[in-house]
Amino acid sequence: MKHTCLYTAHQQAGAKLIEFGGWEMPVYYTSILDEHQAVRTAAGLFDISHMGEIRARGADAAGFLNFVLTNDLRKLPPGLGQYTLLCNPRGAVVDDLYVYQTGPAEFLLVVNASRLDADAQWLQQRLAEFPKAGGVELKNESDDFGAVALQGPAAAGFIDGCFQSTTKAPSRLRKNEIVRCHFDGQPVFVSRTGYTGEDGFEIMAPVQITAPIWNKLLEAGHPAGLKPAGLGARDTLRTEACYPLYGHELNENTTPIEAGLGFFVAWNKGDFIGRAALAAQKAAGPAKKLAAFKMTGRSAPPRPQYSIWSAGPKSERIGEVTSGTQSPTLGLGIGLGYVPPKYAAANTPIAIEIRGKPFPAVIIPKPFYRGVEKRFSNAPAGVSFTH
Amino acid sequence: MSAHVPSDLKYAKSHEWARISGDTAVVGISDHAQHELTDVVFVELPAVGRKIRTGESCAVVESVKTASDIYAPLSGEVIEANPQLAQHPELVNTAPYGDGWLFKIKLADPAEAGKMLTPEDYTKQIA
Repeated sequence: MKHTCLYTAHQQAGAKLIEFGGWEMPVYYTSILDEHQAVRTAAGLFDISHMGEIRARGADAAGFLNFVLTNDLRKLPPGLGQYTLLCNPRGAVVDDLYVYQTGPAEFLLVVNASRLDADAQWLQQRLAEFPKAGGVELKNESDDFGAVALQGPAAAGFIDGCFQSTTKAPSRLRKNEIVRCHFDGQPVFVSRTGYTGEDGFEIMAPVQITAPIWNKLLEAGHPAGLKPAGLGARDTLRTEACYPLYGHELNENTTPIEAGLGFFVAWNKGDFIGRAALAAQKAAGPAKKLAAFKMTGRSAPPRPQYSIWSAGPKSERIGEVTSGTQSPTLGLGIGLGYVPPKYAAANTPIAIEIRGKPFPAVIIPKPFYRGVEKRFSNAPAGVSFTH
Repeated sequence: MSAHVPSDLKYAKSHEWARISGDTAVVGISDHAQHELTDVVFVELPAVGRKIRTGESCAVVESVKTASDIYAPLSGEVIEANPQLAQHPELVNTAPYGDGWLFKIKLADPAEAGKMLTPEDYTKQIA
């Protein structure tokens, strides 16, 4: 298993470690619930160094990325990022990612750890076919980058003291904005993004200074209640916010239309990989839709792969849970899963099969939880997330 | 962090404990087990009257992250299930040997207890 540049720090902090996407990562330090609450009420610090960083540079980099990604890069001025998807010609998802324009004709793609190799290969293959391939330099720089996510309502109160910025202090960034700051004289990227439903920041830094940044943030945030947080809390937080996780809600047989991510597919930017299939599916209507549900009574938490049944006397199996957990905020079981569109409307009663028995649940509007983030977002409710 | 292993209990390899008095036993999960599970959010207990055999899966403890089967450490009939756990599953974490007990059984064969681990053996197992 691979170890991030923060592995020693996790061991020293007494983290419980698990395998995730080929990496040995902290699942929690004290408890998932504690860390979840810290992020909702104060702040939490996550190691996200396992995520991949791919850089694209050159005069034709924007044109190439706009051809392989679904969102419209032309809407992205230097210094901003956007959530976007990498699709195959069938319109299904190779990966979901964040792309930032970090400078003129210079882009940073932050991709899922579990998909980095697939993404890098996919992009190189598509670049080889791209007519203006000579004007694009594509480089997997994941080994050079460490990354941490500082998330929670208290984060903006202490982050500025941890970095030197000649342009804009991190707390002055707006949602999705990215700035080059310095730490110990070395350049780092700080963006106002996250995967928790809270206000927060992600810091992408050279591997050799990621541990010092981690320690500096923990020290600066301690009075405000900052705690290190693991993948367990990251999963409950993102599930409450209804953010998809690749391998659960997204895979190479599922489209952004089915996943409710149509907002991130730009129809008026010209052709892009997957466009024809996605347009046809949008016109015909998808056969399944991602829906969010909550248990209506006390039950065991819903888990991935549990069956979803329609309610009523002629109950039939209509789908499968893709993500499910006990919501620490609601104190109830919550989940996401694909169902036929006629069952996907809010307030539709359904049942979740838990160990052979049906338990009542109801489809609810996404997301379960919307925190400070909404004040930073211009996107319609439910689609303004970052990854 | 070393887990608490009370000296007056018997233990199963699968981390259940039994407090035996006469022909009944109270059953729960060890401090080590609750610490490994963390954040218990739901407990499914066997119905009163159910006959269970040693090693049989008879309860489920669900943490935020995962569902874990609980195995009967002794054979017998379930005569009580902890009613507090429906509302307060977190008692399994906060008081694994006290209010977080799971169920009580009337033992089919009290001599079976001799096959369970002593506190010393269990301490070695989790070391």
